[in-house]
Amino acid sequence: MSEDVGAARTPSEAMDRRLRSRYRAERRFRIYGQAAIGFALSALVLLLGSISYEATSAFTQHEVELEVTLDAEVIDPFGERDRQDLRRADYASLLRTSLRELFPEVRQRRAVRSLSSLLSVGAEFELQRFVLENPDAIGTTRSFSLPVSDDADLFLKGLIDEEVVEGDRKVSDAEMTWLTRLDESGRIHRRFNTRFFTSGDSREAELAGIQGAIRGSFFTLIVTLLLSFPVGVAAALYLEEFAPRSRLTDLIEVNINNLAAVPSIVFGLLGLAVFLNFLGMPRSAPLVGGVVLALMTLPTIIIAGRSALQAVPPSIREAALAVGASPTQAVLHHVLPQALPGILTGTIIGMARALGETAPLLMIGMVAFIVDLPQGPRDPSTVLPVQIYLWSEAPERAFAAKTSAAILVLLAFLVSMNAAAVWVRGRFENRT
Amino acid sequence: MIDPTRESLPNEVDGVEVKMQTSGLDVFYGEKQALERVDLEIGANEVTALIGPSGCGKSTYLRCLNRMNDVVPGCRVEGRVTLDGEDIYDSKLDVVKLRARVGMVFQKPNPFPKSIYENVAYGPRIHGSVQDKSALDDLVRRSLRKAGLLEEVEARLDEPGTSLSGGQQQRLCIARAIAVSPEVILMDEPCSALDPIATARVEELIDELREQFTIVIVTHSMQQAARVSQKTAFFHLGSLVEHGETEKIFTNPSEQRTQDYITGRFG
Repeated sequence: MSEDVGAARTPSEAMDRRLRSRYRAERRFRIYGQAAIGFALSALVLLLGSISYEATSAFTQHEVELEVTLDAEVIDPFGERDRQDLRRADYASLLRTSLRELFPEVRQRRAVRSLSSLLSVGAEFELQRFVLENPDAIGTTRSFSLPVSDDADLFLKGLIDEEVVEGDRKVSDAEMTWLTRLDESGRIHRRFNTRFFTSGDSREAELAGIQGAIRGSFFTLIVTLLLSFPVGVAAALYLEEFAPRSRLTDLIEVNINNLAAVPSIVFGLLGLAVFLNFLGMPRSAPLVGGVVLALMTLPTIIIAGRSALQAVPPSIREAALAVGASPTQAVLHHVLPQALPGILTGTIIGMARALGETAPLLMIGMVAFIVDLPQGPRDPSTVLPVQIYLWSEAPERAFAAKTSAAILVLLAFLVSMNAAAVWVRGRFENRT
Repeated sequence: MIDPTRESLPNEVDGVEVKMQTSGLDVFYGEKQALERVDLEIGANEVTALIGPSGCGKSTYLRCLNRMNDVVPGCRVEGRVTLDGEDIYDSKLDVVKLRARVGMVFQKPNPFPKSIYENVAYGPRIHGSVQDKSALDDLVRRSLRKAGLLEEVEARLDEPGTSLSGGQQQRLCIARAIAVSPEVILMDEPCSALDPIATARVEELIDELREQFTIVIVTHSMQQAARVSQKTAFFHLGSLVEHGETEKIFTNPSEQRTQDYITGRFG
């Protein structure tokens, strides 16, 4: 008997082999894991890299410096300084005159039109705005830095292939020569594109901005948060702490779990049918978008809230009850503060999902082309992901960069929201 | 459920005033009966130890005394439990008031994740038993002193209660319980999570507290029951086998099962 035990203890050849193969398996397993993480990381880097690369050109914009004579004859033929007159004046002709002074050899009407098309339509509006703000400047000659058109901008950024046959190119040979001459005379500057962050959508790529979509997303999320957080927390608290265990609560629980898995477009259809058609709420408004997204986010918050409440040790509840706290006091004074980090994390993750949601908002008309910046949750507007969708469909090439830039902005918001979730959790956990 | 003999229930047993009493107490968890017809008197300003093997119903019994079983789903209590002759399961009785009169200390120290001060001040605050801040300060310090903890934590009342050691936490829980000035304190194996030194401190404390409070303690340790209690009740399989003077139970029990349990033959 004792001999047998001793024999088993002596490491045999077979045992050694087994041990070696176990170590090999261990190493292999670790390599699989590292390979999986490496794959995920490289996919992420590839995605972010290509989007950032595409987006860089959208963050700058070329402007041309022009001396424009604010001819009183053109702007204010009656000399009354009437704002209506000033607004309606033919600023395009002022720009045309100014450009023709630089290129006196251009005479043909078609060539002149082509020359003026180097400037963005926005240049006229900038002149108009300047004159309306400074009516005293009429009659003087001033230097303006004006945006060039999207195609001219692409050419200046070197994104137009000069080898392509002229007919297939967006910028003609003549336009290319003019732009090169302007550039050589030091009139062209590449500037940071603040317009992209401060203006609303536009048909002209060089004028389109993301501010409208940012505001729309902001108002939508505010409405979503204000609705879904209190309702979600109240529902989670009641279900977890007060509701009697019964068939009915089981049924409710199953339904909440099912709702969390419902495709978001269904919520959009619901919003269309109920809020727009039945209740007659405004179309394309963040108010309705927020309500629809709140319905979508509610199950997420309830589920996160319930699991956060479940994680609070029952001894805390007992301790509170034992000193004579009522059940509500026990929950509000002790359980809820403990569960709050978890609830907030769930809420922020739900909000991040709502921020990236597109489909339900298409159903309630937030896909409209809206130029004006929304001033409140009742104004028609669009949201970031829908703006990305709209730009990705635009035929002008310059919108491709805009699309990527908008994606970067959306990602920046998502990352900061998730960072906020981590921060909130850390802060609350340290406090206890 | 109404006991016809309740008017004639003794309010004194062996010369000691009866503080709490149960008669014909049955407790069910769903279909399972956890306690069967338990009749027991708990004397005022005494320590009553409840002993018995695991699952014998002693904790269940303890939790009937301040209706903590109310929060257990599926739990049903039948019979009569009185505090100073009043039925505590009467529908007219406010359970919040009852728990202010019958405090509880749990097996595992469970301070609130708040400051030491807040832990003790919470009970008085929700009951509104103090008028102002200075009275509350005073009460917190008095309670901590009674629990024998004041000297150790005086300088750090703002620190979280969870930062204390296990034994200190348990004394903090005792301070929290006595801050609402209860008449009875229930202790559910208060020393099972503590080391021997901390246990000795808590046992000393129990002995001191006896002067002001009636104490019911559930314990797994026979030695502890012998050291701290005046009365002992032995539970087995959901029924009360024997109860009486601690000395008598430990030296000369009348039931064979008690004899077997305290000599370690089962349990």
